[in-house]
Amino acid sequence: MKLAEVEVTLTKDEVKYARKYLRREPNTLEWAMIDAEWSEHCSYKSSKPYLKLLPTKGKRVILGPGYDSGVVDIGRGYVATVHVESHNHPSAIDPYGGAATGIGGVVRDILCMGTRPIAFLDSLRFGLINESPHSTWLFKNVVRGIADYGNCIGVPTVAGEVEFDESFEKNCLVDVIALGIGKKGDIVLARACQPGDSVILVGGSTGRDGIHGVTFASRVLTDKSEDDRSAVQIPDPFTKKLIMEATLEATSTGHVHGLKDLGGGGLTCGLSEMADKGNTGIEMSITKVHLRETGLTSTEIMISESQERMVFIVGDAHEREICDIFEKYEVPYRKIGKVIKERCIVVREREEELARLPTRFLANAPIIWRRMKRPKKQVSRKREPPENLSDILLKLLASPNIASKEWVYRQYDHEVGGRTVVKPGQGDAAVMRLPNGKFAAIKADGNARRCHIDPYAGAASCVAEACRNVVAVGAEPIAMLDHCQFGDPNNPEVFWMFVQTMKGISDACKKFNLPCIGGKVSFYNEDTETRTAIKPTPVIVVVGIIEKEKHITTSGFKEGDAVVVVGNTKRDLGGSEYYRLIKGFDKSPPSIDLRTEKRTLNTVLESTRRGYVRSCHDVSNGGLVVALAEMCMIGDVGASIDLRRLQNAKLEDDEFLFSESNSRFVVSTKKEEDLLKVFSRHRIPATKVGEVKGNRLEITTRNKHVSCTLEDMKQAYCKSIESLVE
Amino acid sequence: MKIAVIQFPGSNCDLDTLHVLRDVVRVDTDLVWHKDFRGQNYDAAILPGGFSYGDHLRAGIIAAYSPAMASIKKMADENKPILGICNGFQILVESSLLPGALLRNSCLKFVCKWTTLKVETESSAFTQLYKKGQNIRMPIAHNEGRYFVEEETLEELRRNDQVILRYVGENPNGAIDDIAGICNKERNIVGLMPHPERASEIILGSNDGKRMFESMLNWHK
Repeated sequence: MKLAEVEVTLTKDEVKYARKYLRREPNTLEWAMIDAEWSEHCSYKSSKPYLKLLPTKGKRVILGPGYDSGVVDIGRGYVATVHVESHNHPSAIDPYGGAATGIGGVVRDILCMGTRPIAFLDSLRFGLINESPHSTWLFKNVVRGIADYGNCIGVPTVAGEVEFDESFEKNCLVDVIALGIGKKGDIVLARACQPGDSVILVGGSTGRDGIHGVTFASRVLTDKSEDDRSAVQIPDPFTKKLIMEATLEATSTGHVHGLKDLGGGGLTCGLSEMADKGNTGIEMSITKVHLRETGLTSTEIMISESQERMVFIVGDAHEREICDIFEKYEVPYRKIGKVIKERCIVVREREEELARLPTRFLANAPIIWRRMKRPKKQVSRKREPPENLSDILLKLLASPNIASKEWVYRQYDHEVGGRTVVKPGQGDAAVMRLPNGKFAAIKADGNARRCHIDPYAGAASCVAEACRNVVAVGAEPIAMLDHCQFGDPNNPEVFWMFVQTMKGISDACKKFNLPCIGGKVSFYNEDTETRTAIKPTPVIVVVGIIEKEKHITTSGFKEGDAVVVVGNTKRDLGGSEYYRLIKGFDKSPPSIDLRTEKRTLNTVLESTRRGYVRSCHDVSNGGLVVALAEMCMIGDVGASIDLRRLQNAKLEDDEFLFSESNSRFVVSTKKEEDLLKVFSRHRIPATKVGEVKGNRLEITTRNKHVSCTLEDMKQAYCKSIESLVE
Repeated sequence: MKIAVIQFPGSNCDLDTLHVLRDVVRVDTDLVWHKDFRGQNYDAAILPGGFSYGDHLRAGIIAAYSPAMASIKKMADENKPILGICNGFQILVESSLLPGALLRNSCLKFVCKWTTLKVETESSAFTQLYKKGQNIRMPIAHNEGRYFVEEETLEELRRNDQVILRYVGENPNGAIDDIAGICNKERNIVGLMPHPERASEIILGSNDGKRMFESMLNWHK
């Protein structure tokens, strides 16, 4: 068989390199294996050099990027594992199955470290649901897919974010994040170190679903993409739940030497990556793989991405003990091969050798150095400021980007597990109780519109915002993950945005001493029909630790408190929700001063730990006025606010109220003097602006007055999304 | 006293329930795989929430045919307390240990939220320590929680004081007569949709549910 007979997406250079390296013509199966493993999705061949910019070391980091999930030390013998995955391409054509299998994938990444998943987050992006029935369809089914899968396997979905922007009309982004916990001593790595160990395939049978899933995800969507439905895997949460319990019981024996989930690229990627990490090889017998249907070719078996499968590396002595556990849970398993000394992946069908590829060659695709070009700057466009700002506030609260996501999280079981302390809608981040007496805070943030204006400042702002959210609930940020999503990397402008994004994230992380412990890159988020790429979308996940229960802070106002605004408000309207509403445009990026941001984060955290902060909320989408309104609604109480002392003379009233400047919080306190002292000591601006009382939000600025009842705000904020989709 | 929390394939509130019994209520409790369950070794049993057998066919129906349920029935005949929470309630109904059916929520969606409930009777193995008429808070999380019985049986339930909990204010799933939980005529088997194990510690939002487990310990006293 010749190369032309196989459907491959390799570049000419890669084909040449493969032939030269092997000094022969690979056969059909071998080409298919190389094709899967060298896909952008599995190999990071375009992004790898730039991912190295990120700081990955830290005192708590046990395992950084490169493994199935990042591992951080959370004290007293426990570790937390975190991973982020996207399932954008599958969700674009099959939103229910695509989103469900996205959850299925990320949960395996936590599981295969030997840790128990305790929380999911979802970070979702769609077109405009108020205009597009297609986007509404995607949105409803993605949420249902996540709900059905997550609820069934008993892992709570505790936080998330949803953004609506026209650039996601055809390419929705479905990112799912999982947090796991386990004992430090129970960690299992995805590697095969000991020749002679058995390779056991556990879980679902292998079928034709997900064939070419990774190559499907490594090109742009076309009008033919519907035909790629077979590239979308089939979710089976019940089997996953059994695999989950069986895996955790098996790893707790201490006899599992290596463990990896089969995701993108199927058996090919799973085996080659484990062998590569262990400096070994694996010999497997293709006839041992349990199949869902007859007539599968060896190529299909090797690259199928059928769900709910794990590979265990187990020593001879304990094989029986481990297999008994699989039998208890009635989870199918087969011994498909063994670890060998020779560093090769060998596939056999009985006596015949079907493929033999060097591990290192297969697991490490050659890097592609891509061209980049800075796109042209867009032109600013200022609109006449509207008269009635109360009206604008209500419109902003009803904007799907700001409105309450209750319609989403009501469908998620966010309580199962008995760990969710700060629940959806109560604070800026989710807070989970941990078995070591501490608490973990976790949040994901992205902002495509800002990143589109300036990917560097936009990405750095995303890191800052995710940190602010974690700090707002009383946690110290300890680690982050990044998920970078872009259009076609062959387009030099897209690639320039990617590199700028990586620089922005990396600079922010370095300044904040925040190690990156994992992440993902997803390119080709564009389609030939609309000929548009998505806006650059880094999603940043930040994990924080709260040492004491009394430091946990929610964002609802408490009656009788003084209200304090922290930070400076500048004219930061580029990419703001307000400009979207009044159809203005500002080409200037959000200003971000990383040093000030870091000091602000530290100072807020110090005040919280000293017991001065009773409620805390970061200022982001919609600006100061939306932050105040949200705190009123969550606390079910009004506030009387005078912002005149705070208002920069150069800013118009509307600019001041709706600016989305970084490094700002609203806090409420009973100890205003103590609180203000802490801020003044650290030279961070903080001003008392009013008090929590009544059932209206009243805001006075230099020339304007905003006044809304709690009832009106809730009507706009709480019912908006439901009324758009139901 | 020794309690069993029964683990079916797909149970997912088993560990939460075990934690509350062992660490909060502080009672000797085993987590028992359904095939290994022997009722004679225990004084009470709890069927936890979750998605037993992935809710395939119908929520609770496959687990209803587990050999564990024969053992449960025997325990019930010996007047031992049996509690079914959420999916456990669905299993009890599918096993005909409790009357009625649990249908798809009227909103056709999974609903996870905190609810206010009224305790309708003090006379059951799991409500003895509450006051009749008392309002308590517990969360629900289900897709099929709309309790339904035909008029005749409903009358009988009312007559026998078998409705133990009703939703107050909003009825989140469309249950007939706002019913959130019921017991059998002998009052030792209780099924309810809300999750008492998620409302047994203040830090998680409420500890109103803890009394339910404490009531169970008092049943034979």
